[in-house]
Amino acid sequence: MAISRKLKDDLIRNLFLVTAMTSIIALGLIMVYLFLEGAPIFEHVSVGGFLFGNFWYPTADPPEFGILPMIAASIAVTIFSSIIAIPLGVMTALYLAEIATPRMRGIFKPLVELLAALPSVVIGFFGMVVVAPFLQETFDLNTGLNLLNASLMLAFMSVPTICSVSEDAIYAVPRELKEASLALGATHWETIRRVILPSSLSGVSTAIILGMSRAIGETMVVLMVAGGAAMIPTSIFSPLRPMPSSIAAEMAEAPFRSDHYHALFAIGVVLFLFTLVFNIIAQHIAEKHKQVGAATL
Amino acid sequence: MKKFTAFLFAIMLTATVAQAQTAIRVDGSTTVLPAMQKMVEAYMKANSGVNITVSGGGSGNGIKAIIDGTTNIAMSSREMKDKELEAAKEKGNVVKPMVIAMDALAPIVNPANPVADLKVEQLRDMFSGKIKNWKEVGGEDKEIVLISRDTSSGTYEAWQELVMGKDKVYPGALLQASSGAVLQVVSKNKAAIAYDGYAYVDKTVKALKVNGVTGSEATVADKSYPVSRPLFIIVPEKASPEVMKFVDFIMSPAGGQKIIAEVGYFPVKK
Repeated sequence: MAISRKLKDDLIRNLFLVTAMTSIIALGLIMVYLFLEGAPIFEHVSVGGFLFGNFWYPTADPPEFGILPMIAASIAVTIFSSIIAIPLGVMTALYLAEIATPRMRGIFKPLVELLAALPSVVIGFFGMVVVAPFLQETFDLNTGLNLLNASLMLAFMSVPTICSVSEDAIYAVPRELKEASLALGATHWETIRRVILPSSLSGVSTAIILGMSRAIGETMVVLMVAGGAAMIPTSIFSPLRPMPSSIAAEMAEAPFRSDHYHALFAIGVVLFLFTLVFNIIAQHIAEKHKQVGAATL
Repeated sequence: MKKFTAFLFAIMLTATVAQAQTAIRVDGSTTVLPAMQKMVEAYMKANSGVNITVSGGGSGNGIKAIIDGTTNIAMSSREMKDKELEAAKEKGNVVKPMVIAMDALAPIVNPANPVADLKVEQLRDMFSGKIKNWKEVGGEDKEIVLISRDTSSGTYEAWQELVMGKDKVYPGALLQASSGAVLQVVSKNKAAIAYDGYAYVDKTVKALKVNGVTGSEATVADKSYPVSRPLFIIVPEKASPEVMKFVDFIMSPAGGQKIIAEVGYFPVKK
């Protein structure tokens, strides 16, 4: 029996629809669950008290659920790791896409991508046993487990993401644009700065946001090297406790459906909203700087 | 259809076979867990018909499970609260906590630190952030780096109860997620102080005396070492003979108690 062309088309279309719906529904359910499990904590503490409270003593009597130090810590590690990772990642991408010879590119690109495959626990361990004592001695600090160490390790993790995604974007810039610029007498550097970078901005900014999302949501590394002090950081050498590390460290021991448990879910909600905002910004930038074709004759 | 009936029959058969084997569930404290796992291994080796599953969900979860009757033995690193004992009675599950071992917590510092002895009050003031420099307790002129376990850890709760009392651990303390991480940090930091169960303390760090007393089986037994706590198992009063047989093994000097000593806790029966 021959299947008609139309039926075949419909079948395939529906198959894809079902697959796509499955993942969307799964995501939706996770979100609903997150909110449902987080909500009960607000019977005990106001939303303002939760977000702007300075003390986190979930097991004390009476408990205190203030996560301001963790929010500040998450923002701080994201900012500092971005300061390190963005220039490094984008410049490496430019080098790979524009300057390196095909041979060099063939060697370096897989190497950078391999870096992305390093398990975060390995990076965390490296930060804990190698970088922490080094920082402690070099800067004569109380502890090497601090904001700087966490930012370095997170940057180390987001550079490969930023680099390989922006490299693809830069590499995809139409040759006509580059040739036109060079033909007008611009140097290679001027072409990179004025033509190639702006026209790949959509892809590069997506890469940056992806890298930053990785930094803000990363759990293992901050759990191991950030120090874990629930205080608002005052310098780049302050130990700190970002949101993901609190959730990871405490969830196992928090009694099921206790206030502590609900509070940890509420932290998860806050973290989710943070990454959501990030992605909305990324979408917005990508849309705004969309490259709309090369003007060829 | 015939096939299906045969299939059902086969399932029922396996179910009855499985029932003939004794299954015991143990749940609770992660502090007791390493000792319990070894005891279970030894017991199952000696009694082939018994199948014991152990999981470490924390003292609170273990106690909740024994109150609800969903586990046979609960492990706990703290005493049951009155509320919990009442809840068990209400549900018709009268339970009996038994001390199976003693655990001593040690203040630990870097081996390079000259301080060797601290009083409980000094420890309290250090961990609450009142004493900030080692020279105030007879050490070098260095800022104290506080290391603590996470607030939800049983070890943290024991330290809170035995040392801190009403004071709270200073929020600037570096919280570490595991006993291993605590040791790692202290061994690398000359100004650090932390606390950990004696079972975990190794050569990379130095355990301090408290009030002039070294933690040991004898000083814990005569209560002269102040920072110690009992470790419990909790069993229902109406536990099955199979469960009681395993409990007897845990309490026997040649069996479970010997394993407890090997793991690094102090046995209660000799």
